Amino acid sequence: MRESRLKLTAGFTALLIVSAMFIVPFLWLLRSSVMDLSQIFIMPPQWIPKPFHFENFKDAMTVVPFGTFFKNTLIIVVGVLIGTVVSSTIAAFGFSRIKWKGRDTIFAILMSAMMLPAAVTLIPSFIGWKELGFYDTFYPLILPSYFGGGIFNIFLLRQFYMSIPQDFDEAAVVDGATYFQIYWRILLPLSRSAVIVVALFTFLASWNDFMGPLIYLKSDSRFTLALGLQMFQGSYNAQWDLLMAASTAVVLPCVIVFLIGQRFFLEGITLTGLKG
Amino acid sequence: MEISAKTGQSAKTAPQKKSSIRERRALFYGLLFTSPAILGFIIYTLGPMIASFYLSLTDYNVFKDKTSFIGLDNYIKLFSGEDELFYKSLGTTFYFVVLRVPAVIIISFFLAILLNMNLKGRSLFRTIIYLPSIVPAVASSMIWMWLMNPDLGLLNTALNWLHLPTSNWLFGEGSVIPSIVLTTLWGIGGTVIIFLAGLSGVPKSYYEAIDVDGGGWYSKLRHITVPMLTPTIFFNTIMTIIGSFQVFSEAYILTQGGPNDRSLFFVFYLWRTAFRDTEMGYASALAWVLFIIIMIFTVFIFKTSKSWVHYEGERQ
Repeated sequence: MRESRLKLTAGFTALLIVSAMFIVPFLWLLRSSVMDLSQIFIMPPQWIPKPFHFENFKDAMTVVPFGTFFKNTLIIVVGVLIGTVVSSTIAAFGFSRIKWKGRDTIFAILMSAMMLPAAVTLIPSFIGWKELGFYDTFYPLILPSYFGGGIFNIFLLRQFYMSIPQDFDEAAVVDGATYFQIYWRILLPLSRSAVIVVALFTFLASWNDFMGPLIYLKSDSRFTLALGLQMFQGSYNAQWDLLMAASTAVVLPCVIVFLIGQRFFLEGITLTGLKG
Repeated sequence: MEISAKTGQSAKTAPQKKSSIRERRALFYGLLFTSPAILGFIIYTLGPMIASFYLSLTDYNVFKDKTSFIGLDNYIKLFSGEDELFYKSLGTTFYFVVLRVPAVIIISFFLAILLNMNLKGRSLFRTIIYLPSIVPAVASSMIWMWLMNPDLGLLNTALNWLHLPTSNWLFGEGSVIPSIVLTTLWGIGGTVIIFLAGLSGVPKSYYEAIDVDGGGWYSKLRHITVPMLTPTIFFNTIMTIIGSFQVFSEAYILTQGGPNDRSLFFVFYLWRTAFRDTEMGYASALAWVLFIIIMIFTVFIFKTSKSWVHYEGERQ
């Protein structure tokens, strides 16, 4: 199909405008993060700060214990990442490469959990963790990922595993391989890109999680970045410069991770969206 | 004769026995590999779900020593109108869903069509449009709060510059919900990408047929793109509805339900009831109402989907 020149130009212009609209909030964030308050108050607004106030980042980190928040977030994210990758690949293997009675029924039941609003399980889970003495610890945020790693991830990996020809496994079975060897030696290496997708999604979801830490963490010393940023807003409402510097520090790791894994990201969304 | 018949028989049963052993082995290992996930489902979904329903029939409160079973009292209190905020939060959430879902679907649909054109810098455009969707909700809320600041924000500055009327955005009773919808539209990248995936599955020859017939841009959209994408529209609509009903972080960070409870979203109200007012029994009833509403919407869309969703290779 050939697209007329006029149409291409119109499309290009439209995309240019939309992209500008999508980028402006980032630019506004960045420029505010390196200005002092007097520069922020100048009307009409400046786009390029004169001079740059990079010390905002240092100030923002000292006003609230950002280092601690960062460390806490990292502990949770790494814990969840390991749990999710290990347990969702194992479960997806069991739901796709082994044929057993009742497999698809059980998988369908597990899938139905995706429809359940998080609000329904929220309160009993909270009471349960509290009764066990795990309130204000990281356990409620990390431990569940070791039990399946989320049905969405199992679904994604299962889609991928099912697209790999079964001949590999059969040949391995003839050679006397165990299921675990098939999982470890054949499926995992072949599904590297899908595992990376799961890891990237998990990283973002865990890094961005707000409701979980809000409910389970009480002491400031255990706060995550998402909570810390919010605390910032409460105590330093008018200090837009420091708030924007802190926000930049929270956004930056996500953007970096995304840009590194971009290729896999788009693939992963396509995989789930197309076949979902 | 007899011997050969016998051996024939034993040759028949042996593979059967072997296959049943293999089946049992598969069942054992199948369950072994999936057991963490099944256990997780029981511990973190099924169990809490049952417990939540039971809690909704009690007056459980963290600060009360005694919890009593009160039957449907919580639900009666909800629907009788005794709790004004229940209907208010329900109305607010419906308004948000009605405003947001069509906006997300229509805008991301057309963005996907633009991104699917054979344009220069296509992959850069895709990156730019997807990028905001990975920004943490807390951070994006902070950014939008700042953009929408009535005195110093970029939006009002721009409106002023264009000599257009400014808005109170998140601080206006009438403008708060549309403003929150606007902030969430920044993150529609995921939906756009799913539409793009759907578009890549439309054969080019279909469009060429319209070219031959002398049809234009509109008839291509009307007769090919939209019908071919109905499964994707269906998927995206359901996911967007489910997500929109559960909006929380934005509500919590941007407005805390204000001004004057105008942005009291359902899940925010639920959180406040359970964790600030510690009325966890009552909040569990709220959760079940939300669950039922989402179920009704999903089932309704599934039922109507037969008349408007076309799957390829399916006769009509």
